[in-house]
Amino acid sequence: MTNTPADQAEKVAGVEVGERRISIPGMTEEGENLAAETNQAAEHSHGGLGETKQLTSGIGSRANRHTGFDVAGFPQPSGREEEWRFTPLKKLTGVLTDEAGQADAAEHRVTASEDVVVSSLAQGIAPRDSVLQPADRAAAVAAKNVDDALHVSVPADVEVAEPIRVDITGAGAGRRANSHIVLQAGTHAKAVFVLEHRGSAAFNGNVEVIVGDGADVKVISLQRWDDDAVHVGQHDAEVGRDASYKHVAVSLGGAVIRLNTNFRYAAEGAEAEMYGLYFADAGQHIEHRTFVDHNSPRNTSNVLYKGALQGASARTVWVGDVLIRKEAVGTDSYEKNQNLVLTDGARADSVPNLEIETGVIEGAGHASSTGRFDENHLFYLMARGIPEKEARQLVVRGFLNEIIQKIGVSSIEDSLQEDLENELEIAGF
Amino acid sequence: MSTLEIKDLHVSIETEQGTKEILKGVSLTITSGEIHAIMGPNGSGKSTLAATIAGHPRYEVTSGSITLDGEDVLEMGVDERAQAGLFLAMQYPVEVPGVTMTNFLRTAKTALDGEAPKLRTWTKEVREAMEQLKIDADFASRNVNEGFSGGEKKRVEILQLELFKPKFAVLDETDSGLDIDALRVVSEGVNRAHEANGMGTMLITHYTRILNYIKPDHVHVFIDGRVAEHGGPELADELEEKGYDRFLAATA
Repeated sequence: MTNTPADQAEKVAGVEVGERRISIPGMTEEGENLAAETNQAAEHSHGGLGETKQLTSGIGSRANRHTGFDVAGFPQPSGREEEWRFTPLKKLTGVLTDEAGQADAAEHRVTASEDVVVSSLAQGIAPRDSVLQPADRAAAVAAKNVDDALHVSVPADVEVAEPIRVDITGAGAGRRANSHIVLQAGTHAKAVFVLEHRGSAAFNGNVEVIVGDGADVKVISLQRWDDDAVHVGQHDAEVGRDASYKHVAVSLGGAVIRLNTNFRYAAEGAEAEMYGLYFADAGQHIEHRTFVDHNSPRNTSNVLYKGALQGASARTVWVGDVLIRKEAVGTDSYEKNQNLVLTDGARADSVPNLEIETGVIEGAGHASSTGRFDENHLFYLMARGIPEKEARQLVVRGFLNEIIQKIGVSSIEDSLQEDLENELEIAGF
Repeated sequence: MSTLEIKDLHVSIETEQGTKEILKGVSLTITSGEIHAIMGPNGSGKSTLAATIAGHPRYEVTSGSITLDGEDVLEMGVDERAQAGLFLAMQYPVEVPGVTMTNFLRTAKTALDGEAPKLRTWTKEVREAMEQLKIDADFASRNVNEGFSGGEKKRVEILQLELFKPKFAVLDETDSGLDIDALRVVSEGVNRAHEANGMGTMLITHYTRILNYIKPDHVHVFIDGRVAEHGGPELADELEEKGYDRFLAATA
């Protein structure tokens, strides 16, 4: 365990948290639950897969959240549930309704080189449903109502140089679409998958990612919807032994976006990361929920989500769960969320939850900060001759660039820079 | 030759208890190449004078004037004042997340000069200036002031002073919180800028310690928002020996 200088640390429930890795005094094999006493639904597990999970800690534990394929196991939310309390349910335009999507509501177009295998998977055909376990009603509805899932597979030992693109284009506002995509990389394969969402729809999309042993996989999910689109989705990954996995979510356009991005490990020695960038304008609701399940020993995880908000009623939510199970000794984990509130009237919620069931870990930390655009920043930069507009752009761009730089695909990075310039123009910066 | 002229300056701030006048008629003229020490007890208005010259929005000038070579400084925006050649080394430099020192220095230099500096010579200039101020090279890739110690922040202020080459610099308690080594390094930087560019300097300080390294031509004692006494370097010696009691007794 690493040490934190005492003068730098703040304490939560007796455990030091903050910017640095934490040390956990007195922790051995006993474990401690740091999660808020929330998620009442976990108390009555519906056991959708026919198995009831063992209770490893309190009722608020992420370990006990109900998952399953039975839509009936997830009643229509009222908004009082922990998982739904931030979400504007009335604006969800039917994405939680258990029904088939309209034909052609969202077109999926795959662009990939010849060594990539593109096919479809009917209900019950492996590897469909091997990774993604629906964790809310939306994901259960999508899983059930997609007959043929899109399957994009990179065979073992194949390294794909060009990003594999899946362009998802909505046909119009309120057009109901369910989607289920299985991305697969075989042992020692290397690939970048880009999911780009444009147009408009009432879109409910599941993505499962199978990362083979020793594979190197990036998934870049770009939410560049029109202003009236609704997008709910669950992206789950299982990361193989010694594999490397990176998920980057970029949410810029859409009326309501609610993405659950999660990963767990198949074995040891893997590194997995989730990054997120969001920019909410007036009237937008952008919600990201991340869950890192350290379910096996000696894996590394890192989560960083950064967002900017501008305009009245701009709203963002980040809920980051990290669960370090008893068996996950040697875990090294960190999660952080930072928000920059640019104007009055915007609201950012940030909820990091860290549950640690073993003290035999390398490190576990979480941090969250939500700050206003600081007039003192502006004064400092302007006092050095930089005009106001440029000073504001410098600060916002600098803040969000950290995530863009994680993408590693220069064409996408460039086009996102342009998008951000446009967002800043809207703000009058 | 440039002149920074402050005439009968009155400045107020808004507080929870209402409007409060901080500066009550300050007059001061500095020309190029001169070093003026502004000394006074805490709360006498020294930092208010510094922030007002730089144009901090919190401070409202109710009467009087500040001119730079006859141009009305009070009519200029914060950025325009810097572009006109005024520099404020801040007492508490601000951390700017997400903006690297390299990016910041280049952006500011471009704004000040109206054109981008030539990359090769600029990079060399920055590197050399950092070396002279004993700033680690890796600071260039760190975010502006983020995680810097108090002493490091002050050095970075002086780094900017040397790179931006202002006509006039206001150093707001640059010496406070510095150990003796850092004080010497920072003072040398100020002296270099003074020599190299004929910079006029307003050195605001609570202590006489820094005056061992930076020799003032003029010393002004600030008491309760006014200049209580002007003098030469010998006035600083008197303050060193006897403190501010004589001046405070006079206003009491």
